[in-house]
Amino acid sequence: MKRRTFLKKYTLILPLGGLLGAAFNQLLAKTVEKILPLEKKKFGMGIQIDKCIGCGRCVVACKNENDVPKEPFFFRTWVERYLIKKNDEVVVECVEGGAGELSNGTTEKDVLRSFFVPKLCNHCENPPCAQVCPVGATFKTEEGIVLVDEKRCIGCSYCIQACPYGARYLHPERRTADKCTLCYHRVNKGLLPACVEVCPTQARVFGDFNSPASPLVRLKRMNNIHVLKPALNTKPKVFYTNLDGEVK
Amino acid sequence: MKKLWRSDRKLIKNRRMPDQLVRLVIVFSVLIASVVFVRKFVLPPDLKETGTHRTTAINRELGRPINYAGSSVCADCHEDEYETKISGYHQNLSCEVCHGPAYKHTEEPEDYLPPAPRERKFCPQCHTYNLSRPTGYPQINPIAHNPLKPCISCHDPHDPVPPEVPHECVACHAQIAKTKAVSPHALLDCVTCHTTPEQHKVNPRVVSPSKPTKRAFCGKCHGLQSKKKGPPKIDLVTHGEKYLCWQCHYPHMPEL
Repeated sequence: MKRRTFLKKYTLILPLGGLLGAAFNQLLAKTVEKILPLEKKKFGMGIQIDKCIGCGRCVVACKNENDVPKEPFFFRTWVERYLIKKNDEVVVECVEGGAGELSNGTTEKDVLRSFFVPKLCNHCENPPCAQVCPVGATFKTEEGIVLVDEKRCIGCSYCIQACPYGARYLHPERRTADKCTLCYHRVNKGLLPACVEVCPTQARVFGDFNSPASPLVRLKRMNNIHVLKPALNTKPKVFYTNLDGEVK
Repeated sequence: MKKLWRSDRKLIKNRRMPDQLVRLVIVFSVLIASVVFVRKFVLPPDLKETGTHRTTAINRELGRPINYAGSSVCADCHEDEYETKISGYHQNLSCEVCHGPAYKHTEEPEDYLPPAPRERKFCPQCHTYNLSRPTGYPQINPIAHNPLKPCISCHDPHDPVPPEVPHECVACHAQIAKTKAVSPHALLDCVTCHTTPEQHKVNPRVVSPSKPTKRAFCGKCHGLQSKKKGPPKIDLVTHGEKYLCWQCHYPHMPEL
């Protein structure tokens, strides 16, 4: 065979071989990914309603840790007290550092049942706040935590309106939206969020969904679990045990 | 064919590039150069990122100062307090709940001392009676409970226990005692039905009193064979079929 004819006939093998090799590489990468999935952390919180004593230590700790304004209407986390009366009337009060007295006009005999509900940002899988942000300042991290980029936020308050859980507020000094970060700076250094750290009755549980040994996975396995406003399909990552139907 | 191609090339070689084309090329190259310049030197790096997570914002969050050191750190130096606390009722209570954020204390143990609350108003924040609190959680009425005395004069906050072992069941089980007092069982002692080991008073959660387990136990007073005159009598064989007595009657307040 002449050198010229050989080249003419068989050089096509080179690009074909390249293509085949690339396809094989892709296939290999996909199978490896299936067999050994990359260990990514997915953080969330569990709240045990029947353990909360409404002492408000979590609210104070959150303000201390995250530089939240001390005025009693800026909260990253807060505790609500539910009073369900015998005439089916529901009274919801916000607890500010220590459970207060019964509001005037109500006596203990009028109350059918009562409990505390700690609340915070639900770190939704489908966050409505991130969808409405006109400048893309709110975003979800790889760990599933929803964060606000304070340098990009223009303080238009759309996200505060959009959040179905009322978890956001406009920071009075920075004039930007602010909310719970699940103590991003702490949990990534192996510490617990401040509110979980100080909870005296372990009503709050923090953990990684992707680790079978985490206390959060155990909590989800052993309890009746409910999330707030499941019909909105926001897929919250804050889970409540034994949540009363009256809690909205 | 070859001749034609050669002449074509000659033609192109000799012709100058048209002026308008030259100008267009200049304008476009200036535009491209300015875009490259702005992207490279003017725009901050986080504006160029298009991903859903942004490193600068994340790094800013990560760089925030820590105030709460976490409970495990305290035990490294304060072994005695840790040992006392770990076996008591406050075992799950983080040190920083009472002593406040103490990360600074771990950095400069001499210069920053976390406060120790000693005044009376501190403990009732968790231990005041409140009907919304879960039952079984220890609660007091701060107005009636040893007024004006600081809590720490009787209770050690690292190992809180009642200062004296309770003499009567009512000291802890006040709600049951109140119910029983107005019921037909008012004159029965608690120990009539519950055998209570002495250790229950010291370690209430570890050693618990017994409860009746059989129908025959109630039958001792309420069965037809009973010699006692007061209690209402029923036939244990026909009454209530397979159910245990306390599935229908609450023993601390049995209906008449």
